[in-house]
Amino acid sequence: MGNNDREPQLAQTANNDAFVAFERVQKSYDGETLVVKDLNLSMPKGEFLTMLGPSGSGKTTCLMMLAGFETATHGEIKLDGRQINNIPPHKRGIGMVFQNYALFPHMTVAENLSFPLEVRKIGKSDREGKVKRALDMVQMGDFGGRRPAQLSGGQQQRIALARALVFEPELVLMDEPLGALDKQLREHMQFEITNLAHELGITTVYVTHDQTEALTMSDRVAVFDDGRIQQLAPPDELYESPDNSFVAQFIGENNTLAGTVKEISDDICLVELDDGGLIDAKPVNVSQPGERTTISIRPERVEVDITKLGENAHTLDAEVLEFIYMGDVFRTRLRVAGRDDFIIKTRNSADQRRLKPGEKIKIGWLPRDCRALDAV
Amino acid sequence: MRGPPDHKEQKHTDGDKMSDTTDTGPVLAADGTPLKRSLRRAIRAQKLRALALIAPLLIFVLVTFIAPIADMLFRSVENQIVSNTLPNTVAALDDWDGTGDDLPGQDTFEALYYDMFLAAESKRHTRLGSRLNYEESGISSMFRTSGRKVDDIGEDQIDALEDIDASWEDETFWFNMMSGADDAPKASGILADQRERLAKLNQSGFDGEVGFAPSQEIADLLPRTVRAYTAFALFTAIADEDVVAEEEPWEAVKVALVEDLHSGADLSGYDGAGAEELRAAQSGLADQPAIDYKQAFIDMNEDWGNLDNWKTIKMFAPPFTAGYFLNAVDLQKTPDGVQSRPENEQIYIMLFQRTLFMSLVIMGSCILLGYPVAYLLATLPARSANLLMILVLLPFWTSLLVRTSAWKVMLQQQGVINDTLVWLGLVNDAGRLVMINNQFGTIVAMTHILLPFMILPMYSVMSTIPQTYVRAARSLGATNWTSFWRVYFPQSVPGIGAGSILVFILSIGYYITPEIVGGTTGTFISNRIAYHISSSLNWGLAAALGSILLFAVLILYWAYDKIVGIDNVKLG
Repeated sequence: MGNNDREPQLAQTANNDAFVAFERVQKSYDGETLVVKDLNLSMPKGEFLTMLGPSGSGKTTCLMMLAGFETATHGEIKLDGRQINNIPPHKRGIGMVFQNYALFPHMTVAENLSFPLEVRKIGKSDREGKVKRALDMVQMGDFGGRRPAQLSGGQQQRIALARALVFEPELVLMDEPLGALDKQLREHMQFEITNLAHELGITTVYVTHDQTEALTMSDRVAVFDDGRIQQLAPPDELYESPDNSFVAQFIGENNTLAGTVKEISDDICLVELDDGGLIDAKPVNVSQPGERTTISIRPERVEVDITKLGENAHTLDAEVLEFIYMGDVFRTRLRVAGRDDFIIKTRNSADQRRLKPGEKIKIGWLPRDCRALDAV
Repeated sequence: MRGPPDHKEQKHTDGDKMSDTTDTGPVLAADGTPLKRSLRRAIRAQKLRALALIAPLLIFVLVTFIAPIADMLFRSVENQIVSNTLPNTVAALDDWDGTGDDLPGQDTFEALYYDMFLAAESKRHTRLGSRLNYEESGISSMFRTSGRKVDDIGEDQIDALEDIDASWEDETFWFNMMSGADDAPKASGILADQRERLAKLNQSGFDGEVGFAPSQEIADLLPRTVRAYTAFALFTAIADEDVVAEEEPWEAVKVALVEDLHSGADLSGYDGAGAEELRAAQSGLADQPAIDYKQAFIDMNEDWGNLDNWKTIKMFAPPFTAGYFLNAVDLQKTPDGVQSRPENEQIYIMLFQRTLFMSLVIMGSCILLGYPVAYLLATLPARSANLLMILVLLPFWTSLLVRTSAWKVMLQQQGVINDTLVWLGLVNDAGRLVMINNQFGTIVAMTHILLPFMILPMYSVMSTIPQTYVRAARSLGATNWTSFWRVYFPQSVPGIGAGSILVFILSIGYYITPEIVGGTTGTFISNRIAYHISSSLNWGLAAALGSILLFAVLILYWAYDKIVGIDNVKLG
């Protein structure tokens, strides 16, 4: 994997000013398999970092190790330069928002918020002020006397957030906090959470399996799979320059074609697809001719009007199978190089042609938009 | 812990929401009928189907549970035995005020004679004796001896009657005289009255063919005699299954005749069967002394001359009485009003208190022992939790009697625990601990037996409390103890409530275990109830004790609802 040699280096460079750091952390539950394999990660203060990955990829385990509910089998976890492996959760001072909010059902909203202050032995008047401020912060000032069961999902979410923030922690962990909300509310809350985090300058570790959420909210995204970070990068880089096939597939919509490298130079390579077609791509995980590769191209970067491509650009034959009208974009499914699931997206602009099923066309792309990655 | 006020608050806001929608008047369905009615109609079929599904259980419960309870409640105040057995006496006592120093008059004793005669024939007098003996000891023997000797009363007069004419000993003669001519009008009212009276006395239908109906003429002439003969005829035909015309009448019939003739029955116009003999008897008996019933009863048993006994009979004459309930709380009804029983007879209040106290102790020890187990069950991984669950359920697979007897083996002075303690040298052989046949034994054995009833509801509530709550509390800075006490425990309270109600109600009515290991100081009120049901046969008192127990439980349940809120009780 291409990123393996990259990570230790990244960890080292960031180590000095890292607020949160995982160093060679491993975790096993049964002593036979590793759920987290050699995790290295460091976060500066104030960063909003998302751990993204399919279920079972180890992201929640990492979060729980950071919160203190799981112990690392090997390696060090550091918070603000201090090793916290053996500090119990209640002494770590980390705010946490749980998947199902975990608001205490037998307490009112205000009591829920005042709980972390009470256990910190903060005086009554101080407590009331802080609770009120936290409630106002999430626009729930009038709900202090309600029980959690009397609130809607979105309201509970806000209270859970306020409760995690009320004792002013420097680090807040969120474990898929928006999973139970409907789409519209979720989008709204995404916006609110990021705003709040940036306003208060809190360092946030956010776990989700929803890639849109990850892309829209984060400063950086760590894509987890198989107990490892596959790529750690800002959202745009993640989307446009995936390091490997997994990341390319996992983030956004993606077309893949399998082939063999025929020629390779510094920033361009020629790939011969399995059906004999030739196409240009940017070499990422390939180094010499003859290597098997998977090329990856985003649907919106596929060019139908081949006159827009360069002089010597290679093109592929394609047959239109299906045309889907989606309002702002057209989504067209093509048969390319023997595959029926090749998708292209075109903008619904005035001069855009609507392809008809059965039509035979030629497609191509700029070599920088197409990445030759590891073979799957 | 949060109490009811918050619940009220919640209900209140719900109510506000409701009123918002009803402000605009009744909502109509598409066809113009009120929506509520349409809704009712729409779900009626569903309701009926649901009802049909629970009908078998409902009927079963009604027949085998509700009905016996209602019967028991009724028995605790029911007191018809006095008026059923001695109806005439009770009626005669109405005129006796019972406050002075005088015994009831001769007419009361005469009424008592007829009542007692019939009761003795039916062998019901001893029952009444035992019933009244609960209120005034000594009455039982009074009734028993009188029942044996009641047919001796009026011996002389009967002898005189039979000396006048031997036909007074002839059954056919009597039958013909009482029946009159075949076509004569019959006094069927008297027959029906006597039939009803005997039915009440014998607590049976007393239906059936008698083969006898008194004639109206003779009934008008000799009312007492006809009543007595009709009773005799009914009893002979139905209870003894004999032919009336072939049996010689009872002494009571003859005494009634003597009384009728004495009181100046006008025989001049009578020419039916036995007219001659009647006239001869009336003149022949004229010089015989009147029967002194009062003296006769006192001669049989001097207690009949005791004013208190008569007061007791009058006091318990009404068909309903609070006597059993008073008895059940160590009080008694005396002619001077309600008084507490003598010190050495007071037992029930103490038993109720002991039952309540021990049930609370058992409940408390079940909570203390059960809570950690339930917590473990709810938090351990499934495999170990299942094993533990089997251990919890294991006692259910063993007979209650076996478990209780096992405790007997464990706790007795020559038992396993004492032997071990002696062997360890913790107690010496002479000082073996007394752990059974007392309260300690009952509490230990019952705590063990009722523990699963505490653990299971607690477990089912605890298993619904997600671990994330405790995690959340810890992430918010709470220590292990604080997160347990402030977050986990309050949420497990409904389970404790459910288990406590279950264990408390079960133990308050427990019988077998206290009976076996309780000795004298560890028995419950239920053991006393069982004693009255099966040994002393004082069912009224048993019913009153049971009713008090039932109401005590209901009141405690109500109090629990007020204090904790019954909707705070969860079984899962």
